[in-house]
Amino acid sequence: MKKDLISITDFSKDEYLKIMKLAAEFEENPNQDLLKGKVIATLFFEPSTRTRLSFETAINRLGGKIIGFADPDSSSASKGETLHDTIKMVSNYADLIVMRHPLEGAARYAAEVSPVPVINAGDGANQHPTQTLLDMYSILKTQGSLDNLNIFLVGDLKYGRTVHSLLMAMSEFENPIFNFVAPPVLEMPDEYKIFLREKGIKYYEHSEFTDIISAADIIYMTRVQKERFSDPIEYEQVKNIYILRNSMLEKTRPNVKILHPLPRVNEIHTDVDTSEKAYYFTQARNGVFTREAIISHIMNLK
Amino acid sequence: MQDEQKKKLKLKVSAIKEGTVIDHIPAKNLFKVISILGLDSINNQITFGTNLESGKLGYKAIVKVSNKFFEDDEINKIALIAPHAKLNIIRDYEVVEKKVVEIPDSIQGIVKCFNPKCITNNERITTSFKVVEKEPISLKCRYCEKLTNSNQISMY
Ligand SMILES: [Zn+2]
Repeated sequence: MKKDLISITDFSKDEYLKIMKLAAEFEENPNQDLLKGKVIATLFFEPSTRTRLSFETAINRLGGKIIGFADPDSSSASKGETLHDTIKMVSNYADLIVMRHPLEGAARYAAEVSPVPVINAGDGANQHPTQTLLDMYSILKTQGSLDNLNIFLVGDLKYGRTVHSLLMAMSEFENPIFNFVAPPVLEMPDEYKIFLREKGIKYYEHSEFTDIISAADIIYMTRVQKERFSDPIEYEQVKNIYILRNSMLEKTRPNVKILHPLPRVNEIHTDVDTSEKAYYFTQARNGVFTREAIISHIMNLK
Repeated sequence: MQDEQKKKLKLKVSAIKEGTVIDHIPAKNLFKVISILGLDSINNQITFGTNLESGKLGYKAIVKVSNKFFEDDEINKIALIAPHAKLNIIRDYEVVEKKVVEIPDSIQGIVKCFNPKCITNNERITTSFKVVEKEPISLKCRYCEKLTNSNQISMY
């Protein structure tokens, strides 16, 4: 049976650990001709330069050839072709499909239609599992373990798919503690809090972003977007509260690292960039090794 | 009093020799039940009564289908809109078996996903849900993974 990666929960804990191990190997030795003679399709029904370049770098380093499109205007979808028909066609040509789509559930559907494996590179607000795996690899690299960590999730916890997936994945490891920092309108949805309670995992909620972060091992920042607020006054009131500044890091733990899925707008002040605790640019670099690991695993090459 | 009511009901909808009587359908959902069960496209003799007074439901409907015996997974499709429906299986004018409907663990088709950004609302795809809660009902979409709750359910 073919393997797909659509949601982070499609993988078991053992698979997470295997990806972490492979990613470390690829970081040691990024150029390996495992995809020689293979064609990989990267279908971006919604543009995302950052994610596409990361995937295409990973494929190139593995020696694969790439077909596909970078934006919907240059695809047959713009001529009204259904997703079903595009996937049927492309799966005749490629050995693996990497796809990003603005509609939620598009990747799961593509995986059902396609006889070749599908990797979800983001389906609307739903899932972006390769981001989560690179986040986990970054956490493992900086903390030496995925167990016993105090993880602060900051910003838009209501709509932020990356924080939801990270929460689900990290809940598989020993004794995590979660701290949620968000304005009341963007707080963590109940279904995730219920999930944590049922697993007996501790979490704390805060609307203030202050020296509570002194207990953190990981501070995962996300952007508070204006479009999420129905009341513009409410946005004005909170927009400057969830900004991380270098001065706030003084009393934090020496091992703490700041992560962000990027692109950032203003939620991390540029004065943090030179801090040893800033990790978001290295985090993006880790994405290439993690994606090499995911492709190798999905295609049974390692 | 109850017996008298039952007698009146019997007069309103004629008896069948062989087949299935589906009782306690909320009157407002009668035609949805007919369509979900595909009764609008079969040749069997069908009689129905609707807007019949019922203590439990306010107004109920009843459907009698001659020479038709439903499989459980066929009849359970109506559980979402007629959760209290009762089936009487009739052989030679006698009730030989009574059944209730049960909400299944998964639902294919019938219900629309509540999420307008879901692929199933944008391309011709049969919906598929896992029933995560039965009372009140809560459905998780196989595709977008969002929940559709009882007050958000709409049918095709
Ligand atoms: Zn859906």
